[in-house]
Amino acid sequence: MRIQKRTIALILYFVLLLLPIYWMLNMSLRTNADILTTFSLIPTDPTLKNYLKIFTDASWYSGYLNSIYYVTLNTVISLTVALPAAYAFSRYSFLGDKHMFFWLLTNRMAPPAVFLLPFFQLYSTVGLIDTHIAVAISHCLFNVPLAVWILEGFMSGVPREIDEMSYIDGYSFPRFFLTVFVPLIRTGIGVTAFFCFMFSWVELLLARTLTTTDAKPIAATMTRTVSATGLDWGLLAAAGILTIVPGALVIWFVRNYIAKGFALGRV
Amino acid sequence: MEKWPDNRAWFMVIPVFLVVAVSAIIPLMTVVNYSVQDIFGPGQRYFVGTEWFEQVLGDRRLHDALWRQFLFSGLVLLIEIPLGVLIALAMPKRGWAASFSLVLLALPLLIPWNVIGTIWIIFTRPDIGLFGATINTLGLDFDHTARALDAWVTLMLMEVWHWTPLVVLLAYAGLQAIPEAYYQAARIDGASAFAVFRYIQLPKMRGVLTIAVLLRFMDSFLIYAEPFVLTGGGPGNSTTFLSIHLVKIAVGQFDLGPAAAFSIIYFLIVLLFSWLFYQALQRAGTGDK
Repeated sequence: MRIQKRTIALILYFVLLLLPIYWMLNMSLRTNADILTTFSLIPTDPTLKNYLKIFTDASWYSGYLNSIYYVTLNTVISLTVALPAAYAFSRYSFLGDKHMFFWLLTNRMAPPAVFLLPFFQLYSTVGLIDTHIAVAISHCLFNVPLAVWILEGFMSGVPREIDEMSYIDGYSFPRFFLTVFVPLIRTGIGVTAFFCFMFSWVELLLARTLTTTDAKPIAATMTRTVSATGLDWGLLAAAGILTIVPGALVIWFVRNYIAKGFALGRV
Repeated sequence: MEKWPDNRAWFMVIPVFLVVAVSAIIPLMTVVNYSVQDIFGPGQRYFVGTEWFEQVLGDRRLHDALWRQFLFSGLVLLIEIPLGVLIALAMPKRGWAASFSLVLLALPLLIPWNVIGTIWIIFTRPDIGLFGATINTLGLDFDHTARALDAWVTLMLMEVWHWTPLVVLLAYAGLQAIPEAYYQAARIDGASAFAVFRYIQLPKMRGVLTIAVLLRFMDSFLIYAEPFVLTGGGPGNSTTFLSIHLVKIAVGQFDLGPAAAFSIIYFLIVLLFSWLFYQALQRAGTGDK
């Protein structure tokens, strides 16, 4: 009986969670005039016009491609540098380790508004403005610390006897790390990959400051829907629905790593 | 468990340090530079010492925005952390239902922040929005553009809707990482559900919950796009949070010096409270072991 109550509460939560998203979907299937004049729970005269515009207009769909490109780049860089560092923080004590660990997180704490100008100057000086790599590296500022923190938490949950036993068995460090250790913390890697993807995907200020046309992200393209005649709500809603898709695919791929959890029996 | 002392571990940390330092140190120093100078144009700058800091610290609108910010972040933490943990506990553990729930949870997190505000503008409109229309049908007098309390309720709803899934995902991953053997031992001992939560699940979730609390504190304290789009800081100044006030100075009046001084004070406040939360959470529960 208790389990059923729990399920009902969970379903209720998911319904509430989906309501604003359903409303966005509803809007994306209607024309702007229809949205602004009538209230209807289900689109009476559904149209795919908004989606067609996004898929046929290069200024729209290139925004998606740019975002996917730099976000993927950022996720790969973040995980690659964060994995060994998180291992070091979770296993070794070294000079300044605690300070370094907390310093990393302080990079998420600065209000972005005034920092945008120096960022622009810095990346102009090295000639990286309007490139995907510039956005990917600048996003490392907040994603790498997060990746180190999350991974360190999961790594510290793995008993150190496993490392010691592997070394006694004659594993080299790279072989131990990739074949024994990484599979053990795959839950953590799945969560981290999703979070890096997500935070880089929704970040607007830095991405917009560092790009003009060639690497312009989708979130910046969407602000263009504000025109002299007011907002095109239908188009914006369709673009919003489409921004959810890539990330939903990412979590679908990592879901097994999150859901399966911890299997100590592997070693 | 003592960690292995070995300074060579630095070699594993250096790549992270370099990648982060590129974007961290130079912009920070530039902002510090702005904060102590009066800049008229290229080559025309004067050192003004702490003048901007004194001006900013004496600003009454900033004090008001600061208290609003503390109230907002406090409410965010008090609602989202317990709610997130409860939902994570209720989530299915495996199978298609678990996969499905995870994907659903991720949806609000993936919408760019400016779009979230825009969607909620329509969603809460009494004539054409689902939320606004429902409230009206219930006969409640509700208008987030005119009354401060209603604006706050709407913002909190949006915030809880948007970010609780992040707490759930972290807590859920933490729960999944608990080996089955712990639960078996608890069953043998005949432990109650609450005892399992208090002595197994909660201590094991401390790491992920620390991250959840710090992330939610930092991001809610720095919140900008969603309230700016939804309420524009109004009605009056009732939802003007620190970052909205900062952007008014930095972009609206283009006072780079005071804005930089403000940014540094802002950063130090976030730093101080994050450190206090971190210390408290590191200590909490260590007595159990």
